[in-house]
Amino acid sequence: MNAGTKFAVGAVLIVGSVGYLMASGVKQTGQYFLTPTELTQKIAVDPSFYEVGMKVGARVVPGTVSRDVATQTLRFQVTDGSARYPVVFHGLPPDTFTDSVEVVVEGRLKRDGVIYATNVLAKCGSRYEAVPKA
Amino acid sequence: MTLLGTLALWLALLVGVWGALAGFVGGLNGRADLAHSARHAVFAMCGALLVAVVSLEWALFQHDFNVEYVAAYTSRNLPIFYTWSALYAGQKGSLLFWATVLSVFGSLALVLTPRHHRELLPYVAGVVSLAAAFFVSVMLFGHANPFQRLPYTPLDGNGLNPQLQNPGMVFHPPMLYLGYISITIPFAFAIAALLSRRLDTDWLVAIRKWTLLSWLFLSIGICLGMWWAYVELGWGGYWAWDPVENASLLPWLTMTAFLHSVMIQEKRGMLKKWNLALIIGSWLLSIFGTFITRSGVISSVHSFTQSSVGYFFLAFLIVAGTASFALYTSRLPLLAAEARLESMVSREASFLFNNLLFIGIAFSVLWGTLFPILSELVQGTKVTVGPPFFNQVNIPLGLALLALTGIGPLIAWRRASIPNLQRQFAVPGTVGVFTALILLVAGMRDFYALMAMALGGFVAGTVVQEFARGARARHRQYGEGYALALGRLLARNRRRYGGYIVHTGIVILFVAFAGMAFKTETEASLRPGESASIKSPYGWTYRLTHLGISQYDALNRQVTAATLEVTRDGKRLGVLTPEKRQHVDGLGRPTFQPSSEVGIRSDLREDLYVVLGGVVNGTEQAVFRFTINPLVWWVWYGGMIIALGGLIVMWPGGSPAAKRSQAGYAVRLVGEDR
Repeated sequence: MNAGTKFAVGAVLIVGSVGYLMASGVKQTGQYFLTPTELTQKIAVDPSFYEVGMKVGARVVPGTVSRDVATQTLRFQVTDGSARYPVVFHGLPPDTFTDSVEVVVEGRLKRDGVIYATNVLAKCGSRYEAVPKA
Repeated sequence: MTLLGTLALWLALLVGVWGALAGFVGGLNGRADLAHSARHAVFAMCGALLVAVVSLEWALFQHDFNVEYVAAYTSRNLPIFYTWSALYAGQKGSLLFWATVLSVFGSLALVLTPRHHRELLPYVAGVVSLAAAFFVSVMLFGHANPFQRLPYTPLDGNGLNPQLQNPGMVFHPPMLYLGYISITIPFAFAIAALLSRRLDTDWLVAIRKWTLLSWLFLSIGICLGMWWAYVELGWGGYWAWDPVENASLLPWLTMTAFLHSVMIQEKRGMLKKWNLALIIGSWLLSIFGTFITRSGVISSVHSFTQSSVGYFFLAFLIVAGTASFALYTSRLPLLAAEARLESMVSREASFLFNNLLFIGIAFSVLWGTLFPILSELVQGTKVTVGPPFFNQVNIPLGLALLALTGIGPLIAWRRASIPNLQRQFAVPGTVGVFTALILLVAGMRDFYALMAMALGGFVAGTVVQEFARGARARHRQYGEGYALALGRLLARNRRRYGGYIVHTGIVILFVAFAGMAFKTETEASLRPGESASIKSPYGWTYRLTHLGISQYDALNRQVTAATLEVTRDGKRLGVLTPEKRQHVDGLGRPTFQPSSEVGIRSDLREDLYVVLGGVVNGTEQAVFRFTINPLVWWVWYGGMIIALGGLIVMWPGGSPAAKRSQAGYAVRLVGEDR
């Protein structure tokens, strides 16, 4: 085998392992990113989707946020305009989390219809822009 | 002043368009008068844009809140430091900053490039004018004119987002921008070389400093970004694989690949196609980064407000990408290699694998970043991948790359012999194995962390060996003392030994990253007098006692601070005061959401990182998150060493005498290899 061929073999090995790592990575760590409406549809079609880790992107319903600082529990509801889900989260929400902010909730929907969040990301309009004055 | 600013923008646009036309036509038809005019167009553009920058800064300093940009990003009580940096705090200003810096770099490139490359310069002027004119036209036609006035004058401005009121944030964006922007210069030279068919290795030598410069800026910008995220955002880490972070990493990866593969082209005349593709690709990635951060197509906690500006960038990206690709493919026949790969066990081969790994990492990062969009296109549902994906893919690839960091410099060019390999690998290999053994005995069981540190030991061993051999050779040949020999070695072979210093910084970074495998975290709700404890991976126990809450007003904010007494294994270490800040405007009304100020106690081994989550209303009971982050300081040290190495490589000069001695040393090495 000349050097060129050997190199080609090495290159195929590297490209193959990158491909394999990526494919298995997506398979093992990929999460659905759904709106509440899509989540409702998904659950209706496939009830086994309860208890599956996923992300929901939605807006916090104003007035539904309750914080219990002592037990570090945050409860709120999210909606995309039509479907609505209650969320329970234990831990510290990010600074940007407020009433009516856009959030990404990472967690599982349980059969009681509540999303148990393991992580809450809040997106301010942009952290570079001021909050628009009401 | 805003009228002057807008006029300056229009003038910049006009001369930019002229510069592009004159540059390309002048270059293609060999018209010296047009080429000359294109050069002057770049200078004129630079002047006009500097006037625009001065106008905007003037409006900022005058608190002219009738200007929308000034009202949106500053306020009367904003510290002067941040008023100055508000120039690039918002989208509109950063577009202006970008265009201006590009025209400054373009002018410098035109002035500093040696005369024998002058055939390339009209095209360079053309590309720079075109790119800068694009940025100016986004401002003028994309509703992004920073000089836009409001129909009324607010009494005070919105102020700057408190998270941006941090010294790291004053330097992080411009450094990153400088990196992104300066890639345009190598790209312009690449296009010039393609258009003029001067595809020898000459043009690469002409842009070497520019590629290094943009690599250096990107490296510093990324490190500052990590530091800012760590001290300001309060989530306890420095890298989250957020799309915006990824966008800055992508061109860094391809530039780093280029800095290595270009050596093969210089030494052996190989990889011409690959190198050109890397330069063009890096530039497209820098524009791509701007596109995804500005358009909101990928949801990120970082993005600027969604705006039509993103689509300007998408269009620009598509047009520029297609044009470059067409030009590139039409010139492929001229890019044949002058030599072939002779052996798998050669420096060329190790560099090729290094390049494949860099590109593999870049591709997986790009793929992961775009995955929500791709999966929605293909499957109809959005699937996202997060940090676990990036870590799972990139830790093994990164470790392979780290191994090559050590292997590459040890293997001879062309073909390495067995004795040569034995001689080169004995010491560093032993160091690596011993590092692993010591850590195993000490009780470390995390496979990736062990690998990272063992490979780190190996690479560090190669660097020390190279310095020691070089210094010894000088000591023998010139009778210099070892310290002097070491200094001169570095001074006279800056590229090689500066590169080794960069490698040292990379090793330190990897070791620091590995430390994060042992991060521990706990949350606690404490009343005054109560305490919580957390165990560090070194086996110490930290005990944190909540002493109470204090509230006070500072310059432009109301502060709620908790005081915690910290002890480690019973020994008092001091107090930490994490804060919650509510920024207020001149009238005392709250602006922005409250932000956290992290309390950090660092030493070389680990950081104790405390976030004040909140205070129970009306009491002093507070919620805290305590995190132990091992080896974090080494990230900042690693970054500084990388920057230092980069500066050494770039440092201008090198007298003919120095070049001779360099040649002499190289001959000796080849002789020794036999």
